[in-house]
Amino acid sequence: MQSVFRIILQRLALGLLTLFVVSIVIFTAVNMLPGDFAQAILGQGATPDAVEAIRRDLGLDQPPITRYFQWLGSAVQGDLGNSFAQANFASFVGADSGVRTTVAQQIAPRFANTMFLAAVTACIAVPVSLVLGILAALFRNSVFDRATNVTTLTSISSPEFFLAYVLILFLAVLNPVLPSLSNIFEGMSFGERLEKTLLPALTLTLVVTAHMMRMTRAAIINLLASPYIEMARLKGMSPMRVIVKHALPNALAPIINVVALNLAYLITGVVVVEVVFVYPGIGQLFVDSVKIRDIPVVQACCLIFAAAYILLNLTADIMSILSNPRLRHPK
Amino acid sequence: MSTLLTLVLILLGVAAGGWVLRFAGQKATGNAPMFRDMPYAVAFGYVLGACLLMFSVWYFFQPTVTEAGVPNAGVVFFRWAVQFFILSAIAAFLFRALGRTVGTRGSKKLFRQMPLTASFGVLVVILYAFTAIFAAWLAPHGQEAIFAKVNVLPGGNAATGGDPLFPLGTDQIGRDLLSRLIYGAQNTVGIAFVTTCLAFFLGGTLGFLAATLQGWLDQVLSRAVDVLMAIPSLIFALLLMTIASAWAGSERWLLTVYMILIIAVIDSTRVFRLARAVGLNIVVMDYIEAAKLRGEGLGYLIFKEILPNATAPLLAEFGLRFCFVFLTIASLSFLGVGIQPPLADWGTMVRDSAQFINFAAFSPLTAALPLLAAGAIALLTVGVNFVVDWMLHRSSGLKE
Amino acid sequence: MSALVEIRDLWIEGRSDEIWSPIINGASLSLKKGEVLGLIGESGAGKSTLGLAAMGFTRDGVRISKGSVMFDGIDLITASAAKKRELLGKRIAYVAQSAAASFNPAHKLIEQHTEGPVQHGVMSRSDSVEDGIELYRRLRLPNPEEIGFRYPHQVSGGQLQRAMTAMAMSCRPDLIIFDEPTTALDVTTQIEVLASIRDIVEQFDTAAIYITHDLAVVAQMADRIKVLLKGDEVEEADTRTMLSHPKEDYTKSLWAVRAFERPQKPAVHTNATPVVSVQNVSAAYGKIPVLHDVSFDIHEGRTVAVVGESGSGKSTTARCITGLLPPSAGVIEFDGKALPANYKSRNKDQLRQAQMIYQMADTALNPRTTIGDIIGRPVQFYMGLTGKQKRRRVEELLEEIEMPAAQYIDRLPSELSGGQKQRIGIARALAAEPKFIICDEVTSALDQLVAEGILKLLARLQDDLKLSYMFITHDLATVKAIADEVVVMKEGKVVEQGPKQEMFVPPHHPYTDLLLSSVPEMDPDWLTNLLNERGVDNIGDAAVDKMS
Repeated sequence: MQSVFRIILQRLALGLLTLFVVSIVIFTAVNMLPGDFAQAILGQGATPDAVEAIRRDLGLDQPPITRYFQWLGSAVQGDLGNSFAQANFASFVGADSGVRTTVAQQIAPRFANTMFLAAVTACIAVPVSLVLGILAALFRNSVFDRATNVTTLTSISSPEFFLAYVLILFLAVLNPVLPSLSNIFEGMSFGERLEKTLLPALTLTLVVTAHMMRMTRAAIINLLASPYIEMARLKGMSPMRVIVKHALPNALAPIINVVALNLAYLITGVVVVEVVFVYPGIGQLFVDSVKIRDIPVVQACCLIFAAAYILLNLTADIMSILSNPRLRHPK
Repeated sequence: MSTLLTLVLILLGVAAGGWVLRFAGQKATGNAPMFRDMPYAVAFGYVLGACLLMFSVWYFFQPTVTEAGVPNAGVVFFRWAVQFFILSAIAAFLFRALGRTVGTRGSKKLFRQMPLTASFGVLVVILYAFTAIFAAWLAPHGQEAIFAKVNVLPGGNAATGGDPLFPLGTDQIGRDLLSRLIYGAQNTVGIAFVTTCLAFFLGGTLGFLAATLQGWLDQVLSRAVDVLMAIPSLIFALLLMTIASAWAGSERWLLTVYMILIIAVIDSTRVFRLARAVGLNIVVMDYIEAAKLRGEGLGYLIFKEILPNATAPLLAEFGLRFCFVFLTIASLSFLGVGIQPPLADWGTMVRDSAQFINFAAFSPLTAALPLLAAGAIALLTVGVNFVVDWMLHRSSGLKE
Repeated sequence: MSALVEIRDLWIEGRSDEIWSPIINGASLSLKKGEVLGLIGESGAGKSTLGLAAMGFTRDGVRISKGSVMFDGIDLITASAAKKRELLGKRIAYVAQSAAASFNPAHKLIEQHTEGPVQHGVMSRSDSVEDGIELYRRLRLPNPEEIGFRYPHQVSGGQLQRAMTAMAMSCRPDLIIFDEPTTALDVTTQIEVLASIRDIVEQFDTAAIYITHDLAVVAQMADRIKVLLKGDEVEEADTRTMLSHPKEDYTKSLWAVRAFERPQKPAVHTNATPVVSVQNVSAAYGKIPVLHDVSFDIHEGRTVAVVGESGSGKSTTARCITGLLPPSAGVIEFDGKALPANYKSRNKDQLRQAQMIYQMADTALNPRTTIGDIIGRPVQFYMGLTGKQKRRRVEELLEEIEMPAAQYIDRLPSELSGGQKQRIGIARALAAEPKFIICDEVTSALDQLVAEGILKLLARLQDDLKLSYMFITHDLATVKAIADEVVVMKEGKVVEQGPKQEMFVPPHHPYTDLLLSSVPEMDPDWLTNLLNERGVDNIGDAAVDKMS
């Protein structure tokens, strides 16, 4: 047990280290922007005084390393800085509205929305794809297997927005079952919220299920080919028992891996899907901020995406270590 | 609620049908092994499949126009989809039959072992390549040509707001959409191809060097790649595109160049991983040891001993990478930060025409436009994936 | 009494690339209760397929096309899946080749042991656990009370193989199929497993089909022997008749392999300079030491066989000589001059003089290079020959290894058989015109007849070209056939060395003695005699443990 504990600690440390390096990469990338943020915010007509004031306000007069640690230090405490949205700097050009939106304020509700979308997707996709994957593996080379193979391959190959519009066409326009726009706001009932989330969640489900199902199928087939499964069959065990008692305990590691990897994949998919359905999540915020070059928001979103991605990959890693009997019961 | 109830009832019916099928089969065939050892799930699957098939056939033959004179758009789209499916199956079949009779002995053998999906994929790739190369001859108009007639509807029928000059209609500023669709092949596919090649050159070279030399070079490169791969690629690309757009300023073509470089670098990390893994598998072979002990140099080892044995996995990876790059570019364009106008491009076309989907109920043809552009993207990646899937299946030597 | 198993005119096909090709062509066999039948043949003879078919089982991509398999009056081919499941494990059991892969890594041994009896309703779980411990004791497993509560990866290969035999016995079946149960084991471990399998099969009067490619093993285990060749039956007879009077030519040739032995060479001059001299070499992988003070000489035109079990340091010694693993102490001398420790610092001529032939010809030849280029590369690289001259030299070399040049020069390695590939490996080594060749288990992956051909070729080349060989092997029959001198290694140390004729006559080091006595002989009484002579506690791993 001790050695497993040590391996997991090592992985955790490695994950943290990766996240740290990733934050450096993101910060450096952002600092490669030409010219000055202050100038960019205020535009060409700004007075030198106003520019200087903003520079001081943002701490841009500090050296990059100091700024990096300040940013990181406050990010760890949940303070992601102020948005570059024009309104925030109105005071510097003489029209103070008195209200400032911090990045954290902007991100928090949208982050919750995105998590909701991801959760709904996972609730549909994980059971469906596991069942389909196991069925395809059991009845491999049957008509069912071939049909799912072609279908999933098609679904993987299609861009998310294609699937999204096909679903909109059939479920929102031709048969108005679900709304095609996800205008979610605070104070909505759960049922209403779920209804508005269902279409984007279905789109993501299509993509993720295809991936997950194929990987599950491959993992199970790989497993069924192992000599100990043949041995179990030669001991006269029923097909059900071969699967439940002999295949499943060993399939756990690959399946958990598949699930975690695909949830990580969701992160990328979420961006496009949120834009299509105008879903007020973090992906949409990210794309909007990219377009108006709101650097602190872009930076923060990037860090959150990367952290989620690393966390999920780490989970996959640790789960497969935990389910390996060789590591759980060392010699 | 009633829909849900109907669905449950249908499923119960199918469940009973499965049992009846197995029982009747056992009785009718005198307990033949096929029915005797048939698991219930299989019988259930047969009945469910048969029901779905019958429903599809019934739906296909519904009238396209309701009695009230309104188009039955669901049936229209369904017919299009089924017709497209059947036509592509026939085309793939004919193409494979052609491949089996024409060509060298090697290519004939290849086509003989090919499943229908793979031959469909090859056909799609060839068609796209042809369209991309000869876009200037195929397209009726230039991609930037602006005409006086704006917002012409597709269909080419003047009575329904179309124009025979512009079969797919024109956009808000009067550019011919068919021509832009055809030029899209050149721009989107061409740029994706160049990007993939670049990613391969970069990732492949470094990957093989790391595998052959090992030591500190391998360590440094591998750790760097680990970090870059920890950021989801679309997110990273969007971040870098923000910066690139600031650098490019008003020079929009420069932004496209930056995009190629950015995606190539991000994707080269994945290529690096694969090339290194493939390289490491080959480097442990005894024939590499024999060559090293003979005193051969690094160049000979990489080009004569390693590379020829790595072509199969690398080729498959090239297909997959291409799909990935292609989809990333399309997504970026769809989000508005990819290929820049006035170049015609499918991702941008989908974004610009997305709102037409809402007209589907009364004018299916209009709504087809965004789907056509998105479908053009999907079709190529589907084709490439079919081919790659077959290649991987072949090289993995799976006999089952 | 009627037969327990009766297979009549059985045809089995396997699918590759959508084509069904025959694996077994009309095999028949019958087995009485308590009888042991040995199925023997080379790789690809269809032994395992036939063995599994006797259980009414075929692997994926294999099907029975014709014939019948009767077990105790039940037709296994037409029986329902449920009926077959009832028989499998309960009345027919199976022991697989690789016990390590055939035990489920997720469950303890005893859980897997009790699964059969409990599920088939033969015994309660607690009875079955007790019975399992008793079986472990009978099979002479160490700590029988405790070993079952370990996971498979916590138990050694030889012990796992016996635990699997115990598992097969758990329901007291009428028939057990043993599918090469000792092939993956070292000789000293194999003997223990053989002894315990034979004991337990006798005790419970179980019928068995024993599948193997090793004649000497089957001679100990079987009452009757059936010989297969590429899916065809060659002949069948009881063990003693088969060994003394084989009828068919193929069987005779199998038997004859063991008779090959080179004539004794005169002793080497005491003051002659050895071609290769390994002097006090020690080596380590990272921090783990693997070689300790190894020394031996190899003289011109002589073969030194380095013998030992897996992990004894034979191949590491070879890596030190070639310079792939620079030794941590000691020197390698070539013709009396010290060689640089690392191969990268050796010059072209030093590299050329020492060549290597590998165990797995599959991985030793670049699959994308034609035979002409594989052999041509060293010709060009060392001799500087190009164009027509190079091709002529390659043709000469192909003639040398008895492969017609015109037929093979443009082929790829995948188009050759295993033995032919190994010959190409030899030709590539010869192309460098070396004085010294390291042969690393060159025959152990080959069938006996083919291996025989390779050994004869190597012997002829040695006489013609005055070559010196270092011959790494674990197979003492090969040593007998080709060696002039023998070096015995164990745990990275040289245990004993000397001329072959001395090594095969006692007295010698106890380990050498154990190693020699553990090699099965063709005499069907060999195992019985050995057990009588040494006692069950003085064989196998137990004996090795006593020594250290």
